[in-house]
Amino acid sequence: MASRFHFSNSDFPIAASRRRFLQAALAGGVVAGLGLAPRFAWSSTSPGKQQTLSGTQFDLDIGETPVNFSGAGRMATTVNGTVPAPILHWREGDTVTLRVKNHLSVPTSIHWHGILLPTGMDGVPGFSFDGIAPGETFEYQFELKQSGTYWYHSHSRFQEQTGLYGAIVVSPRGGERFPTQRDYVVLLSDWTDEDPEVLFANLKKMGDYYNFNEPTAVDFSNDALKMGFKQALAKRKMWNKMRMSPADLADVTAHTYTYLINGATAGDNWTGLFERGEKVRLRFINGSAMSIFDVRIPGLKMTVVAADGQDVEPISVDEFRIAVAETYDVIVEPSDEVAYTVFAQTIDRTGYVRGTLAPSAGMSAEVPAVDPPQWLTMKDMMGAMAMGAGMEHGPGDMKGMQHGAATDSMAPMVIANHARTEYGPGIDMRVDMPRTNIDDPGIGLRNNGRKVLTYADLHTIGGPIDPRGPGREIELHLTGNMERYMWSFDGEKFNNAKPVHFRYGERLRVILVNDTMMPHPVHLHGLWSELENPNGEFQVRKHTIMVQPAQRITYLVSADALGRWAYHCHLLYHMEAGMFREVVVS
Amino acid sequence: MRTMKIDNGKIPGYPLVNGACSVALLALLIAPGVGLAQTDTGTTGDPHAQHAEHQVNSAGVAEEGDEKTAEQKNATPKAAGAKHDMDHSKMEGTDHSQMEGMDHSQMEGMDHSQMEGMDHSQMEGMDHSQMEGMDQSQIEGMDHSKMEGMDHSKMEGMDHSQMEGMDHSKMEGMDHGRMQGGSPPPDARDPDYSDGVSAGPMHGMHGMHGESRLASVLIDQFEQFDSDNESGQAINMQAWYGSDLNKLWFKLEGERSDGRMGSTRSELLWNKAVSAYWGLQTGIRHDFEDGPDLNWAAIGFQGLAPYWFEVQATAYVGESGRTALRFEAEYEILLTQRLILQPDLETNLYGKDDPARGIGSGLSDVQFGLRLRYEITRKFAPYVGVVWSRKYGQTADYAQAADENVEDTQLVAGLRLWF
Repeated sequence: MASRFHFSNSDFPIAASRRRFLQAALAGGVVAGLGLAPRFAWSSTSPGKQQTLSGTQFDLDIGETPVNFSGAGRMATTVNGTVPAPILHWREGDTVTLRVKNHLSVPTSIHWHGILLPTGMDGVPGFSFDGIAPGETFEYQFELKQSGTYWYHSHSRFQEQTGLYGAIVVSPRGGERFPTQRDYVVLLSDWTDEDPEVLFANLKKMGDYYNFNEPTAVDFSNDALKMGFKQALAKRKMWNKMRMSPADLADVTAHTYTYLINGATAGDNWTGLFERGEKVRLRFINGSAMSIFDVRIPGLKMTVVAADGQDVEPISVDEFRIAVAETYDVIVEPSDEVAYTVFAQTIDRTGYVRGTLAPSAGMSAEVPAVDPPQWLTMKDMMGAMAMGAGMEHGPGDMKGMQHGAATDSMAPMVIANHARTEYGPGIDMRVDMPRTNIDDPGIGLRNNGRKVLTYADLHTIGGPIDPRGPGREIELHLTGNMERYMWSFDGEKFNNAKPVHFRYGERLRVILVNDTMMPHPVHLHGLWSELENPNGEFQVRKHTIMVQPAQRITYLVSADALGRWAYHCHLLYHMEAGMFREVVVS
Repeated sequence: MRTMKIDNGKIPGYPLVNGACSVALLALLIAPGVGLAQTDTGTTGDPHAQHAEHQVNSAGVAEEGDEKTAEQKNATPKAAGAKHDMDHSKMEGTDHSQMEGMDHSQMEGMDHSQMEGMDHSQMEGMDHSQMEGMDQSQIEGMDHSKMEGMDHSKMEGMDHSQMEGMDHSKMEGMDHGRMQGGSPPPDARDPDYSDGVSAGPMHGMHGMHGESRLASVLIDQFEQFDSDNESGQAINMQAWYGSDLNKLWFKLEGERSDGRMGSTRSELLWNKAVSAYWGLQTGIRHDFEDGPDLNWAAIGFQGLAPYWFEVQATAYVGESGRTALRFEAEYEILLTQRLILQPDLETNLYGKDDPARGIGSGLSDVQFGLRLRYEITRKFAPYVGVVWSRKYGQTADYAQAADENVEDTQLVAGLRLWF
């Protein structure tokens, strides 16, 4: 049976046709019939109702459109009037042409995230082109050398935060390796009613402006009652001495964010339909500006079949963490005629969004409570120093560990090689002995009794694109200062930094060390990042790699695409604060 | 099918941007004791109880179906307290006493070359008992005790040019412990991977990627004070404009007592970030006085000391050989996420007697304030508090001679604002 595409909430099948000029292949009848909150009625963007455009010729109009996600009307930056932007359905091997017209009063751009293309088509103002000026149309054209789930978004200031992001699905020439009867895009994102410029300024003036889970005196007295005054004091000593907060899980929280699935809030309840016994492919994309999500579907095992558009050996999990800009394709097989909740809670545990998989519209399942937030551990601050000393796990803690203690602690110990620029006012800490384990699900997911995906579980089918070993190594450190809200590579903000040069044709190893207590999803434009395990063996091919706090990871890059490429942390406000580099392949 | 708490993906109790003022909050300000009691009631270490609270709240949200009401509900201290009651020790399953006490000085001296092949079993055997005895002075960026203990007689003839010449790099270079501060070793990695390739023209780059200039105004205290001796209004504010590392800083502190303007201190400083948490401030100070105004040159530090103490320490040199030292430290105790108790300590020292102004040399005065504020928003927080102040030494003698009070205790109420 041929795969039917519904990258939307309707069960209306969209044939993979090659019509020359397509309007929106409609969807959304189902949601419209759900009786959405009347406050959305006036809005020209209907939540969860996504357009899908397919073919090879596209006209995309960037403009401003009124939306309402929080109860208050705001203007969003949109493509063809919708948040998210329409799903673009392409086919491997085709050459696509996209005419992007700017109806805004400011310059704009579109970057095709994860798509291999000539540098001039990459859509980064300053590198690829000059951006698209107001009133102008820019014609993108490139050949699709790959298939899979990707996405596109603005690369101009904060337009990504205000709505300019959408899904890309590239169908493989020979059909999907893992065919399914249903196929949905599940695009996660975060929305704020605040002006992103104000949000950014708030963070610059007060790093924990949006954090309302800071340690309190009440926490302390509870601890003191439970574990004794001395112990409670000791628990906080290191953090307080270093002026670090163990509750620093995310910079921007549900205090300002409303989280969306395909443009639908938890209340709107995006719904994907299935019939019992069908295989359903869910193409998860994290199109957020700042929010890392933990995703699960209670009652269903998820089989991860692709990461960042690249097919992986199928791995069955209960839950996965999806960093900003990552994509994961999972397949589920609901065996009962009941509704299932697609539950995505944020890493800081201040909010969530849910959708539903159901045999018919209008159903919903129980929504789990958001897990309580956890404090960062010494492992997240000191890396291997904490783990090696056996300080990370109490004796009773090992039982529920899903990854063997052996693999966790037997990862080779490596000393970080700090740059001389890492000692200035822009850096609040350095990790001398980063951890190299990639089998750690990360803060909030450790030992939670569920099988949680880690990078160690991901194996790209077919191995690396290039069998060569690395000719040389480049080490870069992810650095920052939470108090000053400064973010950088090697302590140098983009505006002070020289480009990183890759020699054309070379294969090199990039070493990233996270000298902060936050995860950073690092995205290299134009070239694949082939992640290695701690022993230097190929693991998985990705376009965006999340480096956990106090972690050191390595990946190989084949510098096979000439030009100037952006290289940055995909947390939008980190990028704008300076965690950004130019990579030149020449 | 039952659906729980479909409140736009927000957790009951997590404060929202729009969820601002409510009567409950104002009531709390009037009766802080009651507010605290409420918070305690809402506090339980049992995660199940916490979930129960969740559900109760969500039910409330669903029933009322009115977002605003729900927000107000969520913003009550009870809900806020309930959220923070988790037992961290349970969650982490970690023995913190061992971790926290880690001996940094030992790490420092560790031979990293040997670590490469390190045997785990040996690491296990690290001696934690030594950790408690950690040498804090190594981690501290500044040794304040030394500042306090400065020999004031010497300040008399202090030469400003010499102050300028103070080696601040040394001060900041003080060992914060291996993970923070310090200076790069001679063999530190070179971050230049450009091979001489220059950056592109960057046409059309409208994102700034690091370049930003901002302005901020913090009115820390804007209050009415009242004591047995006097009553009036006081303001203590700071404003800055600039980039991450270089800012123009303005400070103003003044009061009006019984309808008369008291002395007002104003400072215009250049704040240069010299380490992760500290800025070096140099500039001028101008005091508006009853008599002739005073001008000073100023140099000092402002920043965040270990354990989250917000510190300002400034030395001044004025006309006719006047010298002064001002030290201010603030701390914030979060009773809840929004109810914050702020103790602050301020002290002034002078180099020589100035009988006309009632100022004696040496330690002149100490002020200790305790303010309880409620952050209705981050930027808008009313407070109540008490401020105790006392004059010392020759300054106290002058006050007594003038039949003024040496000690005073004021009740204060005001607003803390920033933007």
